Amino acid sequence: MKKFYDKLFSGITYGAAFFTIAALVGIILSIFTEGIPILKKVGIFSTLFGMEWRPVDDPPIFGMWTLIVSSIYVTIGTLVVAIPLGLGSAIYISELAGRRTKEIIKPIIELLAGIPSVIYGLVGIVFLSPFVMDTFGAPIGLNMFSASLILGIMVIPIISTMSEDALNAVPQNLRDASLSLGANKFETIYKVIIPAAKSGIIGSFILAFGRAIGETLVVLMVAGGSAQIPKSIFSPVRPMTAAIAAEMGETVVGSDHYSSLFAIAIILFFITFFSNIITELVFFRKKKI
Amino acid sequence: MKKLLFVIMMIAAMVAFAKKGDQITMVGSTTVLPIAQATAEAFMEMNPDMNISVRGGGSGVGVAGIIAGTCDIGNASRHIKNKELLQAKQNGVEAYENVVANDGIAVIVHKSNPVKDLTIDQLQKIYTGEIMNWKEVGGPSMPIVLVSRDVSSGTYETFETKVLKKEKLAASSLMLASNNAVATTVKDTKGAVGYVGIGYLSDNVNDVRINGITVSEKTIQDRTYPIARTLHMYTKGKPEGKVKKYIDFVLSPKGQAIVEEMGFVKVSK
Repeated sequence: MKKFYDKLFSGITYGAAFFTIAALVGIILSIFTEGIPILKKVGIFSTLFGMEWRPVDDPPIFGMWTLIVSSIYVTIGTLVVAIPLGLGSAIYISELAGRRTKEIIKPIIELLAGIPSVIYGLVGIVFLSPFVMDTFGAPIGLNMFSASLILGIMVIPIISTMSEDALNAVPQNLRDASLSLGANKFETIYKVIIPAAKSGIIGSFILAFGRAIGETLVVLMVAGGSAQIPKSIFSPVRPMTAAIAAEMGETVVGSDHYSSLFAIAIILFFITFFSNIITELVFFRKKKI
Repeated sequence: MKKLLFVIMMIAAMVAFAKKGDQITMVGSTTVLPIAQATAEAFMEMNPDMNISVRGGGSGVGVAGIIAGTCDIGNASRHIKNKELLQAKQNGVEAYENVVANDGIAVIVHKSNPVKDLTIDQLQKIYTGEIMNWKEVGGPSMPIVLVSRDVSSGTYETFETKVLKKEKLAASSLMLASNNAVATTVKDTKGAVGYVGIGYLSDNVNDVRINGITVSEKTIQDRTYPIARTLHMYTKGKPEGKVKKYIDFVLSPKGQAIVEEMGFVKVSK
């Protein structure tokens, strides 16, 4: 009887794992079967590098380059905001803060990760957008800068928690050795601890990158939505995820426009797929050392 | 296994049930779609034996459906073209136009903007990016921020046909997901110009006279306001039987109340 329950239990867990994989395969298959027709019809090159995204004009033009560039710029902006703040707070929590401060700050930063993205979006529209217009004299508050800033704050917890784990994992004797050789705290952190925790820190950056490029709601609400190559950091942009979310609701199923949205999904899939693989590789190397 | 069987039986029963009763199929314009869906739901609630299926596809699909006889009602946000009338005649079908609603779009600017009048021509030049500063249309020297609805919305479609005509919307234009988002953005942005359904006008923004005409229910109904059009449900000949019952409902005070709820203007009687 005991054996039966063991078998049943392993069967159920196997089923759960199998179902997850089946769902993933199903998602991949469906975005490819829906997205490939437009790539065949228009051609991969002119779809990827076409400068104009006018899916409902007559005749329609499906050039995704502006969307891809928008996504990349917003993501770079996000990392520019999040890396100094996230890594800085990780270093402070791990290396400099006393126990009491550490116990207060750490959960507060982690709380940021629990706020739903729609709330970030609302804050962006209602508070950040007028602020950006007043402070920087930008003609429009819904732009690349606002989206990057909001997304940056959103991914801080990813960078800070993971980097902090990596810093904590650095053996104490390395710190002691460095300090006893006469290095000060800054030199110890900068020259010994960070290099030792490098792979974990880079892993956190890549994870943050994947989160930022896949985030939809915030960019839909705050990025402005113009399909153009931005002229300045205050230009409104239309990242890939926002284009899919905004347009999918009202396209005709099976049309070229519908298919082109799935083609965007294919590009997004490849980007996140490779960033995940790189993360895995970075961590795999870390474990081997 | 038993549960699965039960579910299958339930679905089968529902399909069988749905097939029973009177069926009306409607295809066509995405602009008319919200009206069609909401009125169909209300109509089916009142007449449980009726079943109405509603699909989008665009005005062309709606008219083509009537010509080919594949649907009972073809929704269109434009009038039938001569070419299509001819096709219909060849098929022995008379496409009958039922006007079910008026669609009008207000152009809005920031409260502080002194520009009160624009012509359709100026508006077209603004939205194609040819006019980029308010001083070119009698305002202060301030760059114009274009705010538009997403290209797949019916509001955009109306704006495109009535204002942009065949020209391309400037790529720098903001593309927002709802009438509300457009109104909020224009309220907060000094140099902005936007357009919304007449139901979204408020004291927070200024509406602009187009060709000297102020947007209102009345000017939309009598078609003096230029960014307005009628929405249609085409039927095969004068509506009869179950189709007549539904069209009559759409045109009844109750149906027209739904039309207004959806942000459109009712048909003048």
